Amino acid sequence: MAATTVPENTTKRHAGRPAGPDRRGERRGLSRKVSANLQAYGFLVGAVICFLAFSWYPMVREFIMSFQDKKRGVTSWVGMKNLDRVYHDPFFWTAWKNTAEYTGYALVIGFALPFFVAIILNELRHAQAYLRILVYLPVMLPPVAGGLLFKYFYDPDYGLFDHILKTLHLPTSQWLDSSHTAMISVVIAATWMSMGSATLIYLAALQNIPGELYEAADLDGAGLWSKIWHVTIPQTRMVLSLMLLMQIVATMQEFTNVFVLAGGNGPENSTMTVVYMIYQYGFRYNNLGSAAALGLFLLLVLVVFSGVYTRLSRTSEQDG
Amino acid sequence: MAALSSPQNRTLISSATLSRRKGRIVYRIVLTVVLVVFTLVFIGPLYWMVTGGLKSASEVVANPPSYFPKHPKPGTYHTAWTQLKLARLLFNTLYYAFGALLFQLVFDVAAAYAVSKLRPVFGNVILAGMLATLMIPSAVLIVPQYVTVLDLPLLHFNLIGTPWAIWLPTVANGFNIFLLKRFFDSIPNDLMHAASIDGAGPLRTLWSIILPMSRPILGVVSIFAVVNVWKDFLWPMLVEPDPDKQPINLGINSLSQGVPENVIIAALAISAVPTLLIFLLFQRNIMSGLTAGSLKG
Repeated sequence: MAATTVPENTTKRHAGRPAGPDRRGERRGLSRKVSANLQAYGFLVGAVICFLAFSWYPMVREFIMSFQDKKRGVTSWVGMKNLDRVYHDPFFWTAWKNTAEYTGYALVIGFALPFFVAIILNELRHAQAYLRILVYLPVMLPPVAGGLLFKYFYDPDYGLFDHILKTLHLPTSQWLDSSHTAMISVVIAATWMSMGSATLIYLAALQNIPGELYEAADLDGAGLWSKIWHVTIPQTRMVLSLMLLMQIVATMQEFTNVFVLAGGNGPENSTMTVVYMIYQYGFRYNNLGSAAALGLFLLLVLVVFSGVYTRLSRTSEQDG
Repeated sequence: MAALSSPQNRTLISSATLSRRKGRIVYRIVLTVVLVVFTLVFIGPLYWMVTGGLKSASEVVANPPSYFPKHPKPGTYHTAWTQLKLARLLFNTLYYAFGALLFQLVFDVAAAYAVSKLRPVFGNVILAGMLATLMIPSAVLIVPQYVTVLDLPLLHFNLIGTPWAIWLPTVANGFNIFLLKRFFDSIPNDLMHAASIDGAGPLRTLWSIILPMSRPILGVVSIFAVVNVWKDFLWPMLVEPDPDKQPINLGINSLSQGVPENVIIAALAISAVPTLLIFLLFQRNIMSGLTAGSLKG
């Protein structure tokens, strides 16, 4: 289809030229152009088919499915029924509250910690390569291995964590077994497993800061904190704000860690996230329409969120 | 000046401050604390995992826990290997990972080459459509993707339980296309023209000129392709329900019910070996790939 429009384009470009002796040459150039385009599409076809089947079409289908129901192999349009059903699910708000809680913890711990670690690593003149490898090591662990390992550490009967706390005469915790601490326990494990990649990205950004800026700050008599505040953070602002957005979007889609560590919903549904609820609707209750409807809610929230976020960061950039 | 004193860029704390007596002492203390804490925090759990696999079933759940296995039992690793069918699970993982790698290299490289160098009409529109998928949260697409794999549009194949269900969706990876396209853009077009004057077609040019120059980026894409399959969880759980066909990440979780703790821990240690090896071998490429996609601050 696209290839047929090629001649139009080319003729338009030469439309002003009078028909003359070089017309044949032009047509030959034209057919060469068509064949060049065809060849290019040949290179594209494999990826385009995969994108069509597994990305573009599913996006459209997500919307369609939200308004459909399938019973005994018959698909019917049900309007807002699916959206209504998930919205009135007794756990709808629980799942959103837990997801927000997870994201909140992940920002306090998972966003700040890697930046802090990156600043320290950047200052050290020794063992940099070793420390970088250390921080990234858990990222390469299969997430189930990391998750099950932490589950073992968290065990209130024989886990290492409570043993360490006891030795230090600190109060112990029920970790994953209590609805109060289950979510934060998942976040701690998840941060351990994934902070390496953020740390290395920040480290790369820190190394791009021109050294003259720090020298100038030194001449102005700036202390350590004011150098971080007035040089380091503004200079890494692009990376920081991009990572903040990516991290929020990623943590709002949490599934694997709560599934492996807390068996999904956790004690008293304290770790039931939105994506876990999608999974339950779709693959436990076999209600794909409602699962899609819940996915639509998630999409809406994330799109609105990213929109507002980009808006805000753009205006703050203009002000600053 | 900074370049003269050391190859490293000047950071928060100047070399002059560090060379003073007080600065040197503080630096030594910080360095030692960081080294100890980081080693404990990041290697500690791995040490616990490896030694946990050597402990007996009762020692592993003993309170207080023991820091060294009292009577090391390497046999636990053997039990884990046979009882959890780790050889089978590892083979599955390799099969999925390298299949996915092959498809991604062939299709994504070809597509990125087309939009970067051959530049067909509407190429930019297609590229924009591919990059736009980066904005869509993947969890939202899980349900419609599953339905698509269950009954492929037009062809009506059911891919559930086949490796295709893992291989093909990995090709639709906007990030790969982005990385590859950016790299190909940096290769001068003059080389392309020179090749076409010598009579080379686009495939020949790709094979003999572009690919040999693109080794670094191909390495990055390959490592991420393998690692992503290795780490994926929800998707293989949905499309490969048969425990015999599952990758190791998932298989350990599904097969671990009713198995003694020490055997599971040994299995975890075994499952961690391949990706940790990949990392230690290719850490330079992985680190550079990590920052290749990010923006400069």
